[in-house]
Amino acid sequence: MKMSEIILVFLGAIFVNNFVLSRFLGICPFIGVSKKLKDALGMGAAVLFVMLLATVATWILSKAVLAPLKLQFLETIMFILVIAALVQFVEIVLQKYLQSLYEALGIYLPLITTNCAILGITLINLKEEYDLLTSVVHAAGAAAGFTLALVLMAGIRERLDLADTPPAFRGAPIAFIVAGLMAIAFLGFAGMM
Amino acid sequence: MNAANDKRTIAGEFGKGIMKENPILVLMLGCCPTLAVTTSAINGIGMGAAATFVLLCSNVIVSTLKGVIPGKVRIPVFIVIAAGFTTIVELVMHAFTPDLYEALGIFIPLIVVNCIILGRAEAFASKNGVVASAADALGMGAGWTMMLVMIGLVREAMGNGTLFAGTPAETVLFEDDRFLLMILPPGGFILMGFIMAFSNRYLRKSA
Repeated sequence: MKMSEIILVFLGAIFVNNFVLSRFLGICPFIGVSKKLKDALGMGAAVLFVMLLATVATWILSKAVLAPLKLQFLETIMFILVIAALVQFVEIVLQKYLQSLYEALGIYLPLITTNCAILGITLINLKEEYDLLTSVVHAAGAAAGFTLALVLMAGIRERLDLADTPPAFRGAPIAFIVAGLMAIAFLGFAGMM
Repeated sequence: MNAANDKRTIAGEFGKGIMKENPILVLMLGCCPTLAVTTSAINGIGMGAAATFVLLCSNVIVSTLKGVIPGKVRIPVFIVIAAGFTTIVELVMHAFTPDLYEALGIFIPLIVVNCIILGRAEAFASKNGVVASAADALGMGAGWTMMLVMIGLVREAMGNGTLFAGTPAETVLFEDDRFLLMILPPGGFILMGFIMAFSNRYLRKSA
């Protein structure tokens, strides 16, 4: 693929097809872990890390094992197993060799196995028939878009705590409405591409 | 425990998923597919049915095997069980309802990471009997499907001006002045916010 197309895939994944605000993937951490800016950054970093690893691992698995054996119908099972094992493995390695990173990402890693954004990116890469490089770039863009949405949301919610919200809307409901308004803003990027 | 008592418990396990512990209104589980596929009522029905099937099968299998699965690896085992049934649903839908399969897209394989499936396996099926687990699964599935269809109806009616488009029961409400935003992503988020606020105010009585 040409360089310009790869850049387009990257920017598209951040702004136009933002994972949270346009594809609806990873809503749970988006609402759950967006109360503090620091937590949002930690979660974003953990997602970026696992997304890149999962993309490479599942791409190789699908092209080198499943496709030659015509076992594509096992994709869902194999991918989720690979992701679960990968997250566990990353956790163990970080704990042993990179204590500081483990302490920063530690509590977010177990949550990531069932984060639909991770399985989602591997399935989308496959469906779009991206090559390995484009898949990795797409994953990086998707993680950057996820982090962007999460950090923006955390910033807004820190201010929102001080606002006089009606009791029924406090917490998750107002967060969803804020997300809706953010999604309207992100719709504007669709015109760029 | 006598038979009448048993029956009431099973009805209770079924009923709690619909209102008291509705997965969306109260437990806030399974938000991603809820927002993503509810651009029309028929998508909501399809998604709800598919997830209910997976939930029912995984709950039954997990509760049957609860004495055999070692505690330490239970989560991976639950995931594999759910993934197996998700693959079945995926293949069946691809073969018999290709339009729905296209419309739901990657959210069919993503049933496997739907928090409701894993949540019920961990919180209910791994501690209760087969019949109670099946009732729990059906209740949770029905509660979830109900919400999906309701959200789908509202979004479709406002955004597209139709009800049940693509089925024999298709009704056209209005042709012009569609509120397009409702079937775009922002509409899903905003409607969800209002539904949750409504449930906080009137159903949970906590606010």
